[in-house]
Amino acid sequence: MDQIILQLLNGLDKGSAYALIALGLTLIFGTLGVVNFAHGALFMIGAFCSVTLQKILMISQITIDESKTDFLGNALKVKTPYVEVWFGEATGQAIIDWSVPLAILFAIPIMLFIGWAMERGLIKHFYNRPHADQILVTFGLAIVLQEVIKQFYGANPIPTPAPDVFKGSFDFGTMLGFEANKIIYPFWRIVYFVFSVIIISGVFSFLRFTTFGMVVRAGMVDRETVGLLGINIDKRFTIMFGVAAAVAGLAGVMYTPINSPNYHMGMDFLVLSFVVVVVGGMGSLPGAILAGFMLGILESFASMNEIKSILPGIDQIIIYLVAIIILLTRPRGLMGKKGVMED
Amino acid sequence: MLGLNNKDTKFLIIVILLTLSTPFVMQPFSESSAMAQFNGGYPDLMQRVAIFGIFAIGFNILFGLTGYLSFGHAAFLGVGSYSAVWMFKLLSMNIIPGIILAVIMSGLFALMIGYISLRRSGIYFSILTLAFAQMSYNLAYSVLTPITNGETGLQIRPNDLRILDGEGSSTYTNLFGLQMSSSAKWEVWGHLFTFNVGFYVCAFIAICSFYLSLRIFRSPFGLMLRAVKSNQNRMSYTGLNPRPYTLAAFVISGMYAGLAGGLLASMDPLAGAERMQWTVGGEVVVMTILGGAGTLLGPVLGAGAIKYLENIFSKINENVLHGWFDFLPDGLENLLVWVFARFTGDGWHLTLGLLFMMVVIFLPGGLMEGAERIRNRFGSKGDIDETGASTTKPAE
Repeated sequence: MDQIILQLLNGLDKGSAYALIALGLTLIFGTLGVVNFAHGALFMIGAFCSVTLQKILMISQITIDESKTDFLGNALKVKTPYVEVWFGEATGQAIIDWSVPLAILFAIPIMLFIGWAMERGLIKHFYNRPHADQILVTFGLAIVLQEVIKQFYGANPIPTPAPDVFKGSFDFGTMLGFEANKIIYPFWRIVYFVFSVIIISGVFSFLRFTTFGMVVRAGMVDRETVGLLGINIDKRFTIMFGVAAAVAGLAGVMYTPINSPNYHMGMDFLVLSFVVVVVGGMGSLPGAILAGFMLGILESFASMNEIKSILPGIDQIIIYLVAIIILLTRPRGLMGKKGVMED
Repeated sequence: MLGLNNKDTKFLIIVILLTLSTPFVMQPFSESSAMAQFNGGYPDLMQRVAIFGIFAIGFNILFGLTGYLSFGHAAFLGVGSYSAVWMFKLLSMNIIPGIILAVIMSGLFALMIGYISLRRSGIYFSILTLAFAQMSYNLAYSVLTPITNGETGLQIRPNDLRILDGEGSSTYTNLFGLQMSSSAKWEVWGHLFTFNVGFYVCAFIAICSFYLSLRIFRSPFGLMLRAVKSNQNRMSYTGLNPRPYTLAAFVISGMYAGLAGGLLASMDPLAGAERMQWTVGGEVVVMTILGGAGTLLGPVLGAGAIKYLENIFSKINENVLHGWFDFLPDGLENLLVWVFARFTGDGWHLTLGLLFMMVVIFLPGGLMEGAERIRNRFGSKGDIDETGASTTKPAE
């Protein structure tokens, strides 16, 4: 029982990442009808936003401390980050410590802008072209973005630690009445899960309870009619593209303490999140969320030793296997709607 | 000749001549001159061009004719490599059995994957093939380690079985005793021309595959495949089932990929799982699109262009750049070197990505369409070439 709960929890953080990326992908597909192969790259850029913020915060003032000397007798150079100089030592260190959560604020405008620029600059010109062309051009864009990041940040993963408060793990099992040390779970993963739930419910309530969201939903059903009613639907869809990019970016920002970001993390997640979207059903937002969590949890169950001993290697292929089975039995995916990307 | 009409025969002869003269064409600058870095890196590079040309020709039979965009062809390349290396280990270092097994195995694989994936079309098909390729890659890395030797990759060892060769035989791949890595050299006018066995084997097979694809393009079967691309519904209304045709195209292109994989293993008897990664499948997509999908020569051109540029661009490092911009004032020199260094050396993939995007945006028909446009611009009103670019449309 404790094993099962542990795997369930382990699946949650990966599932959250899948769900967030798939949510953005589905938003773009549902509104603009574009298959965005560069979405993984947006996730990666989000992660590198947090790296960048950390680097900016660490920019230091170099002062010479006459009172201390190194072993050669020269005066010692002391590096103090500017934030510590400006806000005092304690506040400054706290700001640096909290750089990952702070990066959320930093990333939102950047990701919105990147999404907007991508849609206006490139994707706009591909609405009337075949899906294959859309896949190809966004695939090219993904390569370019990935290589640009590699040029500026190098090929090695860059560690970005979580705030001290959330470091380490806690004994989740004792809360549920299990023995101690049975279910140990890192704090940050809980934070990530809660964060993704907040983002997901935010996006859903935005679509459901605001006039803007209502118009967007109407546009997803029948773009032409909404346009005929005198509403500039293109502009709203562009904003939705920005929102989708921001969702992917935020997923990336918060993922950095779990896995140190490197330039190809986007590609790694891209394939999986596509599989998630297809399993959930093209164009269905709840489907994407459901499939994201489902596949994340299935993956972590498949990596249990008990299951691996019966079916060796199953943890490596479970997601693809599920996707293949679902595509063949339920071509529309779990919650796909009729008429969306039908053959 | 050979069941081709006059124009195609001429076309084929030109292709053959171009291939055979590669040692001259790709080595235009003598070894000692300053321009030597623009040489084609014969024979290694040219082998790879021929092999990836085969890969792209095969991919084009599927994507160019039927419009089904597969991202999973790397799996067949990997299967081909593994089966060829196993043949070298067990039977003989002669490349013929290895290549034959590679083609058969990848054909079987393609039949299996194609049978399942082709139930869907459009974006679903792309994702299904992607999933299959990634699945085989993961399996090759983990559970199938006894067959694939996992991360290290499958290698030839001196104490392998090799039934036909007997004990203590050489561990170099050969064709009836002719070693792949050996070459004849010919020095003339200060130029050193090398005629490499491996390259000519690859080139010969590439020409055969090209001829085969030419026949497929011109055959009634090829016409059926085009029908699948232009309108599948109409095709089934006329009482024809498109499935067997697309499946056949898928298997053929899978066998081409297996052949390419077998040849890769023959030139360098090593097979690793990274050959199955989906980015390799993406590379062949890039090649085909760059050259021109649906055209005969396009994929080969694309493969050649990418491999050639890759070779040159990755050789240019900052020292070379400093050499080029030496005559400029220091600040400007450093600036230019910095800018160019982003796109060369390690940055080659960035250039490739940009180039690919440019082609998709401005020249959907690839280099072949570019050539066509230039020819139309300069108004030579020759007969319209059937091999000209056609637009790429997904199967619907």
